[in-house]
Amino acid sequence: MVSGLTGREGTFHGLNNRSYGTSLVAGVTPKKGGQDVEGVPVFDTAHAAVAETGANTSMVFVPPRFAADAILEAADAAVDLVICITEGIPAHDMLRVYTHLKRGSTRLIGPNCPGVLSPGKANVGIIPAHFFSEGGVGLVSRSGTLTYQIGNEIAQKGFGNSSIVGIGGDPIVGSSFIDVIAEFEADPETELIVMCGEIGGDEEERTADYIAEHVTKPVVAYIAGFTAPPGKTMGHAGAIVSGSKGTAVAKAEALEAKGVRVGRTPTEVAEIAVETLAASTA
Amino acid sequence: MDLLEYQGKQLFKAHGVPVPDGRPASTVSEAVEAGEDLGYPVVVKAQVLIGGRGKAGGIKVAGDRDELEAHAGAILGMDIRGFTVQELYVERASDIAEEYYAAIVFDRSAKAPMAMLSKQGGMDIEAVADEDPSAIAVLHIDPLIGFGDFHARRLCFEAGIAADVLAPVGAMLAKLYETFVAEDAMLVEVNPLLVTGDRQVVALDAKVTVDANALYRHPETAGLRNAGAEDPQEMMARQKGLTFVALDGNIGILGNGAGLVMSTLDVVAQAGGRPANFLDAGGGSKAEAIVDAVEVILSNPRVEAVLFNIFGGITRCDEVARGLVTAFDQIDVKVPFVVRLDGTNDQEGRAILADAALPNVWIEQTMLGAAARVVELVGGSPSDVHEPQAAGA
Repeated sequence: MVSGLTGREGTFHGLNNRSYGTSLVAGVTPKKGGQDVEGVPVFDTAHAAVAETGANTSMVFVPPRFAADAILEAADAAVDLVICITEGIPAHDMLRVYTHLKRGSTRLIGPNCPGVLSPGKANVGIIPAHFFSEGGVGLVSRSGTLTYQIGNEIAQKGFGNSSIVGIGGDPIVGSSFIDVIAEFEADPETELIVMCGEIGGDEEERTADYIAEHVTKPVVAYIAGFTAPPGKTMGHAGAIVSGSKGTAVAKAEALEAKGVRVGRTPTEVAEIAVETLAASTA
Repeated sequence: MDLLEYQGKQLFKAHGVPVPDGRPASTVSEAVEAGEDLGYPVVVKAQVLIGGRGKAGGIKVAGDRDELEAHAGAILGMDIRGFTVQELYVERASDIAEEYYAAIVFDRSAKAPMAMLSKQGGMDIEAVADEDPSAIAVLHIDPLIGFGDFHARRLCFEAGIAADVLAPVGAMLAKLYETFVAEDAMLVEVNPLLVTGDRQVVALDAKVTVDANALYRHPETAGLRNAGAEDPQEMMARQKGLTFVALDGNIGILGNGAGLVMSTLDVVAQAGGRPANFLDAGGGSKAEAIVDAVEVILSNPRVEAVLFNIFGGITRCDEVARGLVTAFDQIDVKVPFVVRLDGTNDQEGRAILADAALPNVWIEQTMLGAAARVVELVGGSPSDVHEPQAAGA
């Protein structure tokens, strides 16, 4: 189901996802219950949508000031997964949402993310699916277009993706690199993992430790933001070097210290990934 | 968004955090008027968004009107680590018995607010943390429960706060937390938290950063944006709704998506170039946004060449190309452009550019090729982009 299906972006991407093969069963927009968007029924509440259609995933597409509420509503309606595309949600709202959700069973991807695409299976979000085909590369990223760039370079070399997961560019996101990499490790279709990080926070450093201890599949990494000056937010709310913390150099070094190969350009990441895949299938 | 000291103190006051009496002033006569109102001695403090004001001579005590006039005149217009002082804060002087440190930090790593308290205030807290981490009491707060009396007690006892001021210091911590939540702050820092000779507890400084994404809930704070504190080019970009950061190089950069633009800056730097800016034209960039972006980039006289790096997902390359053609119609462009269009409708986009035959526009197909080209155009010496040591430069 899509929160905000009746909005311009919600309609465009919701229907796009449906034509890709995603089972889009409901929309949620207060006071528009009973209407439909090209045959998709719209409900006033997430609870009604879940009760009537059995939706197990909610894509949130509502404006930032309503988005935290829409995530909580979907979780309260007991969906398994919420994917929040919305950018610009206040950080304190996400602090409360994150703290609440981690005590329950609903998983959140995002916010401020492009969504999740499993080529040949389903697409929930705004990832342009036509660039990607089925294959063995699991791609996880804090950024949208950078993911398309790297994914496309891998695709041009003839390799596809198991899933592409955008975890989002905000300081607080529902799922971390570690959460997604754990899924890739367990996923029989994933042969190699590409993680695409950026400046800000310490998720990449923590992920490096996790990979060393728990991941047997090859991981290739990219970090964006070597030239970012400290104290400046580089587009994503979470992409900021604070004092000496969260630099690209520190992240790349932490990953390399744990044996993760870090490509210095998107092209080099694709090259390393393809080389590694070719070696393992040879 | 960072607030000036006096703006932070206004928020403190509104939430019951005790602060010394003071008045902002942007001229010497306003400063003198403030001093006459407050009564001497007063402290004259430069209002700039950078630390180290005291060492730079931006904080002075004035015992009378003449001293105040002299200090205000000297500090106004002063350059403090690249920031020009345009505003002063004149504050009644406090006598200092002890200097503590208190802060509420948005800890993104722990995904919880973090409260900090130390007896070693008045100095760089990162230095204290390096030398003696045990001197700082630290506690994470559950945002769904909030700040309890027990949090305050624990912080005070663990930090070893003097017994006679336990209650007022604890009360200040609770009010700082209230400020942090109510004002959507990412940081609320008091350094020093002052205990005066007569054992009063006041916030002598205020460092507050608020979440730009929450400004719609705080129209008064949103109005505090200080024109003098903001880079004029960044202000122009913000008014046009563009995500822009000024840098100090000579290659203008535009891309779509924050990650791709950051990566573009890196690749240009690795190729031996120096980016002049970060500009994210956003997902689904429309032609008008491209015209605005070109205008903002070229408003920087240092820009000698511009690189467009577009990977079309939702963004359509034909739309970007049309925007660029329109921009060349409307703006007198004197520097070369390198345009890399890839992804959705890239062939249409490149065809539009070819048809328009724009002067001095180079079309490249790959990101690395485009970076190498733009560096060559500004006369840099392209280096091997695969060399890792260039990355940290």
